[in-house]
Amino acid sequence: MSDERLFSLRNRWFTVTVGGTLALAAFSAAVGFIWLPSAQHDQPFQGIWNAICSAAGVPQQWLRASSATPVPLVQTSAVAMTPQLLADSGSTSIGRGATLSLRCTMCHGVRGISDANSPNLAGQYASVIYKQLADFQSGARRNAVMSPMVTNLSDQDMRDLSAYYAYLPKPEALRASASSSMPVPDIVSHGAPMRNIASCASCHGGIDHKAGSPWLEGMPAAYTRGQLQAFANGTRHNDISEQMRNVARNMTPDEIDAAATYYAGAQP
Amino acid sequence: MLNSKRLVLAHFWLGFVSFGGALLLGAWQMWVRSPLHPWLQNPELYYRSVTAHGSAMAYVFPTLIAMGFGYAVTELALKKPLIGVRWAWAGFILVALGTVTAMVPVAMGLASVLYTFYPPMIGNAFYYIGIVLVVVGSWIWVALMSINLAAWKREHRGVPVPLAMFASVAGAYLWGWTAVGAAIEILFQILPVALGFKTTIDAGLARVFFSWSLHAIVYFWLMPAYIAYYTILPRAIGGRLYSDSMARISFILFLVVSMPIGIHHLFADPQVGSGFKFMHSVFTALVAVPTLLTVFTICASVEIAARLRGGRGSFGWIKALPWDNPLMLALAFSFVMLGFGGAGGIINMSYQLDSTIHNTQWITGHFHLIFGGAIVIMYFAIAYDLWPHLTGRAMTQFKLMRQQLWLWFIGMIVLTFPWHFAGILGMPRRMAFFDYTDPEIAEQAVSVIISTIGGAILVVSAVMFFVVLIRAHRAPRVVLEEYRFSTAVHESKTIPVALNSFGLWLALMIGLTLFNYGYPVASLLLRSDTSVPAIPIGGPQR
Repeated sequence: MSDERLFSLRNRWFTVTVGGTLALAAFSAAVGFIWLPSAQHDQPFQGIWNAICSAAGVPQQWLRASSATPVPLVQTSAVAMTPQLLADSGSTSIGRGATLSLRCTMCHGVRGISDANSPNLAGQYASVIYKQLADFQSGARRNAVMSPMVTNLSDQDMRDLSAYYAYLPKPEALRASASSSMPVPDIVSHGAPMRNIASCASCHGGIDHKAGSPWLEGMPAAYTRGQLQAFANGTRHNDISEQMRNVARNMTPDEIDAAATYYAGAQP
Repeated sequence: MLNSKRLVLAHFWLGFVSFGGALLLGAWQMWVRSPLHPWLQNPELYYRSVTAHGSAMAYVFPTLIAMGFGYAVTELALKKPLIGVRWAWAGFILVALGTVTAMVPVAMGLASVLYTFYPPMIGNAFYYIGIVLVVVGSWIWVALMSINLAAWKREHRGVPVPLAMFASVAGAYLWGWTAVGAAIEILFQILPVALGFKTTIDAGLARVFFSWSLHAIVYFWLMPAYIAYYTILPRAIGGRLYSDSMARISFILFLVVSMPIGIHHLFADPQVGSGFKFMHSVFTALVAVPTLLTVFTICASVEIAARLRGGRGSFGWIKALPWDNPLMLALAFSFVMLGFGGAGGIINMSYQLDSTIHNTQWITGHFHLIFGGAIVIMYFAIAYDLWPHLTGRAMTQFKLMRQQLWLWFIGMIVLTFPWHFAGILGMPRRMAFFDYTDPEIAEQAVSVIISTIGGAILVVSAVMFFVVLIRAHRAPRVVLEEYRFSTAVHESKTIPVALNSFGLWLALMIGLTLFNYGYPVASLLLRSDTSVPAIPIGGPQR
């Protein structure tokens, strides 16, 4: 036995197993790459080479004749939102943002806490503020006051403003009252799965945080309610892939009230 | 002769302890997403638990059992002391260290990415580092198995390698190669992101690499069970192995064809072409061959034992089997579960049939039945068989062992049959809660409740298993006759070199892997537009 050479064409174990493996591989490849795809009669599958390419997963452009990119009916956000967007900003950026922010104080408060039912900005995620500013500028989001305010901002201006507001401390007192004393409404903690509504807390903090979702504690109830209604009726449409529109459309007015009131941390 | 008793015991005990902890988590998970428990306020807790349960059950527990059993087989089958005992301890320490390193971030909620990693989700780097340590520790075992076999062969030229050793080394080589896919994924794709050097990851490519490991790992888990079928069971029930060559061919087939089949986990993935999915489907079907060979050979071996005990008739011999022997019971239960699980697996591996159950609870039911059922019950049997030789003490609680095995079998059936059914009803997997009050899914509630009861039965059975093991450590000392593996009906003095060596089979294994994975991996590697932003898991919650 010890003289027996395994890797030799005279050894039947070698020829049968290697030959069998090759035959099986060739057979399954022929079926998978030529025969099965040829059963399709669409243009990209015509001919053996096309069949092989399509079965191998080579990217093909389908319907080449009408490949013009469709134009969206409403303007959507052009910001590519990633978890890493504006993740670290320098002190220069924060300083420049502080100077630029003087024009925002009338509505958003001296330290980013609003007394005017405008959203609080102190401690908000930089990427969130940046995306909203960029969307106001591109027209993806419209507001009679904000749209003119951002027209002349450069991209760097918007990054600096975002860095500054993210740097400001969050409103501590509001945060405490919102999370401790009030019962958490179902829509915030569980959502409504059968209506395809994820819980607010799964993106806006509490359970998890997703890139592009603001934290909401202490946000004026009138603002949150107004935005949910705007998402629901489509007048606000800068949410990525209609995430918030799909949620808000399926929310009942009571759920909208419950969420807005809960996050404001105020009594109804 | 068994010199490294402490080494083997350490592996078994750490394996079984991690199994016990993970089992409790599993039962808890079953309970909190059943109608018996109100919705979890924090679904992250559920995913945290699933990650710990999966990581412990898939990476730590079977790896330690395979390692410990492999060392035991090396000494018992080759009848010489293990070469590299210090290295073996180093491997064990690496696995233990890796387990702790991985579990700490999981327990803190910093790595709730499930044991299959699922990029672009990225958890805490220490979770992945821990898994790498476990794998590296097990690779030491792979090397030691290979070295010990080579040393023995040098001293015994031309002599057939004992079947138990041959099979154990086949399992080791299978693991050594199959772990490469996940290792590439972690080292070159996930860790650079988790450590902050990169912010994007090619999730599609990562899934292809993981599929490389994900299916063959199942056969690595299966190996100790199959080794026990062939080399322990016939001896334990007083019979002989029907065919030694058939056993070797089965293990060789597992080694060759269980690797290039993982893409059947990606039937719904768009980044892999349909041709490769079909090819992997064909090779998956081929794995049924060594399984059926095994079922045939073992049934024949069992019949030999029955007829030696005076069994008569076409089926009457079944009554003559030693049913009071826990190992006989374990084998029967294992085969029943393997049969049902295998039948379900044929649905999973079919390119078209899979679409009816893809990503449903059917899949979770399936791998619990195969792994938790058919395989783990044989781990119990292995422990029962080896324990007296490891402790030097008598193990006489056969009634308790039988009850434990019965409960495990019943619990697993009660757990997994309704679980499969819920999947057929369309219940998705990987969900933390369900609103069973909704009429659309209300009919699934009963299935889930029954499964929860099955989970509870399994916990009771596991407690009994630990009671048996612990009591065995306190039993009176006994002098045992030498441990031996089963002998074949026809013991041949020589066998073809093909059935006594691994060179050809490793070449075929690697060649088939490259053939079936080469293009999907290369095409994704070469494209520049396949990466997506990583999603950090367990960062600041607000």
